[in-house]
Amino acid sequence: MQHLGFSHKKIKIGSFDFTCCEGCQLQFANKESTLPAFLELLDIRNFREISSERHDDYDIALVEGSITREDEVERLKTIRKNAKVLIAYGTCACFGGVNSLKNNFPIEETVREVYGNHAVDTLPVRRISDVVDVDFSIPGCPVSKEEVERIVVSIATGSMIDLPKYPVCVECKQQLNTCLFDLGEICLGPITRAGCNAVCTTGKTACLGCRGPADDINFESFMQLVADHKLSSEDLDEKLGFYNCFEEFRHDKS
Amino acid sequence: MIYKVIAKREFEKFIDALVRENLSYGPKQVDTDKNGEPIYQFVEVTAVSDIAFDYTVTYSSAKHFLLPFRENLSHFTYTDGDWEQEITYDSKPVVLIGLRPCDIGAINILDSVLLNGHFPSPHYLARRKNTFIIGMDHLPPPDCFCKSMNRHTVTSGFNLFCSDIGDSYYLSINSSKAYNYLKEFEVTDPTDEDDCRLIERRKLIKQSFKTDVEVTGLPSFLDIEFDSPIWTKWGDKCLNCGTCAMVCPTCYCYNMEDRPDTDLQGSSRQKQLYSCNLVDFAEVAGGHNFRPKNGDRLKYRYYHHYLGFAENANQQICVGCNRCGRACLAGINPKDVINDLRMEKESCMICVSQSPPKT
Repeated sequence: MQHLGFSHKKIKIGSFDFTCCEGCQLQFANKESTLPAFLELLDIRNFREISSERHDDYDIALVEGSITREDEVERLKTIRKNAKVLIAYGTCACFGGVNSLKNNFPIEETVREVYGNHAVDTLPVRRISDVVDVDFSIPGCPVSKEEVERIVVSIATGSMIDLPKYPVCVECKQQLNTCLFDLGEICLGPITRAGCNAVCTTGKTACLGCRGPADDINFESFMQLVADHKLSSEDLDEKLGFYNCFEEFRHDKS
Repeated sequence: MIYKVIAKREFEKFIDALVRENLSYGPKQVDTDKNGEPIYQFVEVTAVSDIAFDYTVTYSSAKHFLLPFRENLSHFTYTDGDWEQEITYDSKPVVLIGLRPCDIGAINILDSVLLNGHFPSPHYLARRKNTFIIGMDHLPPPDCFCKSMNRHTVTSGFNLFCSDIGDSYYLSINSSKAYNYLKEFEVTDPTDEDDCRLIERRKLIKQSFKTDVEVTGLPSFLDIEFDSPIWTKWGDKCLNCGTCAMVCPTCYCYNMEDRPDTDLQGSSRQKQLYSCNLVDFAEVAGGHNFRPKNGDRLKYRYYHHYLGFAENANQQICVGCNRCGRACLAGINPKDVINDLRMEKESCMICVSQSPPKT
């Protein structure tokens, strides 16, 4: 492959799923218009959604899902050992995701609720970075294929990889959406990292913050505005806790 | 300028013919807010019945029709160790209907920056020349302060301007294109009575402003108040969300990115409208951020709007539409910030207190 006179090796990539829906990995094979060119950049060594081949020599490991079982810990550590670069891929991997709701209840109670008397090996939900070192995170529930493509191209060309630092509001206003606060709803857009093109709010659904906090958010001012708009603090708590993305701020608040 | 009068029913026929034949945008109710008030935006309209002529104010301005939030400026193709740049200035003819004087004033400001500045933008020019603007006067919403900014009337920048004089519109025709279109419709020369009604209408508009922001001498006030604690006070509220700049009719600052194609055979140069309140607006290569604090970023937004342009181009670039103030979830608005500065100035003059130390 040639780019501006430099030649590039294909990126040896492996993709792995832990506790998740595998929806983010599915995104990887999405966007048909550029899929052949996208796959051309990659040497897929291990990716069960795309290929039945299994190899352990990958430079980049994409890790989807959160960690909720002891055997997952061992498997993740092996992946970390094999990979030069480990990317937490999707909200579950980056923040624990929706799975983390389980952590709000005693573990025995959650098992009994879902599996009855069937014995199940399960632990409180952890993020990938709670278990191994993470080099880069691509958040989103699911991840945005466009963003993944941009990041993979950046890796291939050796250029800087970056996520937007600003909140969803920028993209939401660019879509000319009605602000959900004007409709009397709590929306996490003002504190959530952009990059999703405001897909939820464009569909008139409040942002639940799946991409995690934007850089240098003003959490205090955000809490104040929810109070000033006389909106429900239970609703706010539920939204902030939905993906487990704002824990460091929530625990600061008192 | 040529002046004509058109009956409202005839005017509707004229607009209907125009929007059916052209890509047109006009004010339309898109939502109802939690208090039961309508929310308007400039959106595509295909018949006169789509247009809310009696709209109060659109949430966003009409800026993005001339200055898109995102645009591809050019595309590079790599061939045999060389490259070619392809630039296109394609722009469909567009009709914008129902812009208020302040919105047209804002476009005139964009013209002075993007057409008449040192580095004219051919992309902007292509759109501007292909845009047909129909302005309409209105009674100002209570929080509008365009009169303070002297933007409540407008004499250029439009093709046609309509003043509501009861059962008809008093038309100011400012282009041959508009004049020729109107030939197909029944218009009359203004009578003395029409002139009289226009004067009464203007008087009524002028007297209807409820919000006044004192901007005389503001550039020097701002200069003096560089270290004012007021910037921290308002900055502490700022969410760094960029909403103000997105809805603003004159904020034109942008970010530029080169995005390689996925097949690595070319790349696109993309421009995105940005906001000086966003956290990395002043971040440079290597990661240093010249304005890491909310208050500093907010201050420079006010400096750009009320100081820099006034000193360099003899006009402030705020038109007083208060879209930023209405959209800001944190309650930051030009009227309160500017009044705060003035109050502080007054109290400082009385108590002769020292400015706080530089931080």
